[in-house]
Amino acid sequence: MLNDWLYVGIFALVSMFLPAAAISIAALLSPKKPNSVKNATYECGMETVGPAWAQMKVQYYVCTLVFLVFDVEAVLLFPWAVAYKQLPLYAVAEAILFILILLGGLLYAWRKGALEWL
Amino acid sequence: MSGLQIVFLIVAVVTLFSGVMVVASRKMMHSALWLILTLLGVAILFATLQAGFFAIVQVLVYIGAISILIIFTLMLTRRVMDEEHPQVIKGWWLPAVMAVILFGLIAGFLATWKDFQVMLNELPADAENLAAFGSALVNPAGYVIPFEVASVLLLAALVGAIYIAAERKEKVG
Amino acid sequence: MSFWRDPIIFIIEWAKGLLAGIGWGPGWATTVGFVIGAFVLAAGAMFFVVFLIWYERKLIGRLQDRFGPNRVGPWGLFQPIADMLKIFTKELITPSGVDWIAYNLAPVLSVAAVLMMWAVTPFSKTFFGVNISVGILFLIAVGGLGEVGIILAGWGSNNKYALVGALRAVAQLCSYEVPFVISALVPVMLTGSMSLVDIVEAQNPWYILVAPAAALIFFIASVAETGRAPFDLAEAESEIVAGYNVEYSGLKFGMFFVGEFLHAFTASFIFVTVFLGGWRGPGADQIPVLGLVYFMIKTFIVYFALILFRGTNPRFRIDQMMDLNWKVLTPLSLVVIMVIALVDRLFASSADWLRTVILLAANLVILVVAERLIRRGVKTTRPEVGSRQRPVASPDNLFIQPGSGAKG
Repeated sequence: MLNDWLYVGIFALVSMFLPAAAISIAALLSPKKPNSVKNATYECGMETVGPAWAQMKVQYYVCTLVFLVFDVEAVLLFPWAVAYKQLPLYAVAEAILFILILLGGLLYAWRKGALEWL
Repeated sequence: MSGLQIVFLIVAVVTLFSGVMVVASRKMMHSALWLILTLLGVAILFATLQAGFFAIVQVLVYIGAISILIIFTLMLTRRVMDEEHPQVIKGWWLPAVMAVILFGLIAGFLATWKDFQVMLNELPADAENLAAFGSALVNPAGYVIPFEVASVLLLAALVGAIYIAAERKEKVG
Repeated sequence: MSFWRDPIIFIIEWAKGLLAGIGWGPGWATTVGFVIGAFVLAAGAMFFVVFLIWYERKLIGRLQDRFGPNRVGPWGLFQPIADMLKIFTKELITPSGVDWIAYNLAPVLSVAAVLMMWAVTPFSKTFFGVNISVGILFLIAVGGLGEVGIILAGWGSNNKYALVGALRAVAQLCSYEVPFVISALVPVMLTGSMSLVDIVEAQNPWYILVAPAAALIFFIASVAETGRAPFDLAEAESEIVAGYNVEYSGLKFGMFFVGEFLHAFTASFIFVTVFLGGWRGPGADQIPVLGLVYFMIKTFIVYFALILFRGTNPRFRIDQMMDLNWKVLTPLSLVVIMVIALVDRLFASSADWLRTVILLAANLVILVVAERLIRRGVKTTRPEVGSRQRPVASPDNLFIQPGSGAKG
């Protein structure tokens, strides 16, 4: 089984190496003529004013947080799903209770307007 | 030195180095990126222990969700772009001394513990039995109560975060 | 096995025999074998993208009532090769003030995240990278690595528009992972294992016939995960000027696009593997090469459907996208899981075909109820824009000062 993970690790290194190699070949083949206008930050053709920061809306944070909660929930459900075929009915009821609690959380978020984007 | 030990050494060094760089970076965004590398190192260590499920869960939840949440939170505080704070606080020698003493205590305790030298058994090839893990999670004689309490805990986290964010939304605009 | 039944495995076994013959120890031979195998698969994927780009451009052209590329080579087959050669020689303009590591790592990570998905899918009965026990979760996890690549691109470009575009793209990708992961639970439940090889082998009726609701949610979520139209707000030219890759030029920009086209194909074959039976078909068990043929045919059919989506639907607004995800897909996927779990357990002792039919009926009931609810919840009236009274200049009132009432 460790051989499997070794292959995954080698594949990860290879799949990072291949685009890097392609980009290095392109860096060798391409012309290099930097000048200050080409290297300026793009702002629809206007001069940039001020440092590069962005106005963060709190929706990004709330959306990612709700995603985190549901991600952890789904990950906790995966072992149950693997063992599903051997489980008796009450185990299924326990998992349904688990999902219902979090469905309640989603409904709370919906009613509180945390899922709006504007 | 078997291949596994070499991999473990390299990954451990990379993880420790990134852990140190998380606190030692000048820019906060760099700290977040070093944190991603640290979590990846921990995931690889899980994989070498034949806990493939936990390695993948580490990547999925920690790197795919928590790191992104940390980066968004950094940007929400609006001091992420080019602020550079002083790296050391005033009176840094006292926490340093305490850390060294704590490290000495832990290392000394581990060194004199008799089971430290015992080699662990090598796990059999099918040690990862996800079906058994799943059955144990919902078994009444197993871990069903922590399983349900975990869902209530997640609900509490969700409700708390939405309550705080809703307040902030009203304050902001 | 003979060469004709399974050419790929024949070649692999022959190469392994060569390596063992050199006289290295088994550990090194395996490792070198892995490296060569990984190289061939990853490089094959990247060269395959050239064909995919041609296929897509021809198809989009036909959808838009034009020919698509047809000058360079027969049917324009060499057009993407010409484009690749051109993009290799474009100047790599690096704007000032970028964070060098983040800026350069981002395109590499975007492509690497997609390439890693090729390591665990079974292309035929015997041809796959590895059969790890957590296959389907691995696919979702490396999608998360792609999101990190997008954040690096947006932040490393030292450009506020790139940053905003990257944040919106990541918010969209993160949100659509929720129905993706939850609906991926359904094949795992029906199979009893997370490994993709097991999921393919257990699909006696294809899972799309057993759980079409879950298949639909999985398909929509994976189209949204690839960032293609109609979900391509993050890189739309009229919205945010190419979004997070606005500061990239030359092959780095090309790598983002290679990653996106490859991701579309990868999403198609993941859907085929998980819901459409993968390489299964008549005769594929005995002749593994036929399995590869069936796999490719099914994947191209799903890829055709993806391109059809792109060519026909207008783009979603970001709030429409988020509403679709959080208010439709997520509750629906949770309900689908609960219903399938309950129904499958209640009828666990009946015959297989009866259980399949009942599950199919339950899924169709869920879809119909969901459609009714959505229809009721959708806004059907829009505020009228053109009917308010607005002051309009006309020759009579051109010279009236406000409040004076005097003319001229």
